[in-house]
Amino acid sequence: MELLVASAIGILTAGGLYLVLRLRTFPVILGVSLLTYAVNVFLFASGRLTVGAPPILQDGVTNYADPVPQALVLTAIVISFGMTAVVVMISLGAFLGSDDDHVDDQPDETTGTPS
Amino acid sequence: MTHWLIAPVVLPALLAPFIVLAARYHIGIQRTFSVVGVLALIAIALGLTTQVFDGSILLYQLGDWAAPFGIVLVGDRLSIFMVLLTAVLALFVLLYAIGSGWDNRGAHFHALFQFQLMGIMGAFLTGDLFNLFVFFEVLLIASYGLMIHAGGDARLRAGVQYVLFNLIGSTLFLFALGSIYAETGTLNMADLANRVALIGAEDTVGIRVAAVLLILVFAIKATVVPLHFWLPSSYAEAPAPVAALFAIMTKVGAYAIIRVYTMIFPPDLEITAGLQGDWLLPAALLSVALGMVGVLAAKRLDRLVAFSVIGSMGMVMVAISLFTPEGIAAALYYIVHSTLAAAALFLIADMVRSGRDNLDLTAQPPIAGSALTAAFFFVGAIAVAGLPPLSGFLGKLLVLDAAFGADQVVWVWAVVLGSSLIGIVGFSRAGSILFWKAQSVVRDAETAASPPPAVLSYVAVGGLLALLVAHTIFAGQMHSYATKMAAQLFSPQPYIATVLETRGKLSTSQEGH
Repeated sequence: MELLVASAIGILTAGGLYLVLRLRTFPVILGVSLLTYAVNVFLFASGRLTVGAPPILQDGVTNYADPVPQALVLTAIVISFGMTAVVVMISLGAFLGSDDDHVDDQPDETTGTPS
Repeated sequence: MTHWLIAPVVLPALLAPFIVLAARYHIGIQRTFSVVGVLALIAIALGLTTQVFDGSILLYQLGDWAAPFGIVLVGDRLSIFMVLLTAVLALFVLLYAIGSGWDNRGAHFHALFQFQLMGIMGAFLTGDLFNLFVFFEVLLIASYGLMIHAGGDARLRAGVQYVLFNLIGSTLFLFALGSIYAETGTLNMADLANRVALIGAEDTVGIRVAAVLLILVFAIKATVVPLHFWLPSSYAEAPAPVAALFAIMTKVGAYAIIRVYTMIFPPDLEITAGLQGDWLLPAALLSVALGMVGVLAAKRLDRLVAFSVIGSMGMVMVAISLFTPEGIAAALYYIVHSTLAAAALFLIADMVRSGRDNLDLTAQPPIAGSALTAAFFFVGAIAVAGLPPLSGFLGKLLVLDAAFGADQVVWVWAVVLGSSLIGIVGFSRAGSILFWKAQSVVRDAETAASPPPAVLSYVAVGGLLALLVAHTIFAGQMHSYATKMAAQLFSPQPYIATVLETRGKLSTSQEGH
């Protein structure tokens, strides 16, 4: 299970990084989403991987799941979800306004320097 | 335990929804509540300052849960001082936003402004690393809205870059927090300080990765080269009052570096040795040089000011990365100077903008009220470039003096002094083109001159510059207080003891409950 989770995080991160380095906004936003999925799984795994263990103290149980990373990952999911929505809206506005969806500054056509 | 320590977070958090819900159609009511709220923040910060002045540590346990199980807010000299600086800056920025009418050019300026203040105050006060992430997000989310306030294509495009860069930064922050939690099992700063010191010398891979990731995140916020790319276009395209408020946001990164790397990973800690001197200092020196070269190379005034922010953040980081009490004291003195001077310059650039078609550094007809604006620009430029008699000069002197005993003293002196010269040339060039050459350009008959900036705008900028002058006149007192703050940072035991030994629910020692 450790191998599966670790390689899932690794593949998600690698894909996210590749997409983040792309030229246009849509792949970059997809890349950021992949990165946030990766970090959510990573945070979840930071409390060690346990199967079928209760997070709250109970009689006669010796193995527990760490509840803190689950709370942390909940916060992280909410924030990254909301922020992805925000960035989609802002970049849509920028694309519709300037008819250009490059993420970097385009050279100014009149002077040839970044505007 | 009094509740005053959480007031700087709660007050804006209550004011902002009130402004959205009750006063959304009445700009007058919004302005009144916003200004009154900021004045109250200043009063609270002053009250808290008197409590921590003697070096005592204020602790607020949310829900009365004891650390490290509950979240705590901690007020020591440094955090309360930063809260006070933020509140004072916010007042003048708000006055300018009202005077120039920026707050009425789009919806919800005041609500977002209050949320931004809430995030900044929380980031300064929190004693928990994950809470620091949450407050970072609060201030960033508010700043996304403020950044694209009043709209416009160029601003939206810069906004996309800004949001994307910060999203990646937040992801990195979460990776750092995850690895810290996996290694130590806690995220409370005081508890971390104890546990990191216990990690054996042979088992440090995870915690070293975490320390480097964390300093990368804070370096993004503090715009250390090569992580500065987001700053020039976002700060230049942001509305002027917002850019002026953002002057404190880079300092949140500097604050976080000071806090985490004096307490959790102190400079004498074996496992992170070399991170500060070998990596942070050269990067900071690069920032100083690149910022000042950018000032000289900029073709627009707003870009010029943005690059001067990179340069002055570089100076702060040079002083911090020495990680000596003298260095931190110099950094704290310079942080105040750099915040006020950068904010004033952004506002002055907006005053220039209001009388011209654009901010290109070319000779254009003189702007209305250019004599006073030029005088303000002159004072602001002297301050940022670090010429006598203003506090920039004293700050640089303190940084140079603090670097005197360090190994890299030659590099620090050469880069700081050399780039200061470049900065001076850059600012003189901009000032003479904007204000002197303009006198020889005749205005076309058909284009009417725009009215001069409002009196309130001048009051706001004048107030910031007056604070700079006061910062210079009372430099002795300021520096001695900065030295006390640094001394407190370098003996964190009272902080740690206060956080971990104050009783609350779930305290490990049960007697008394």
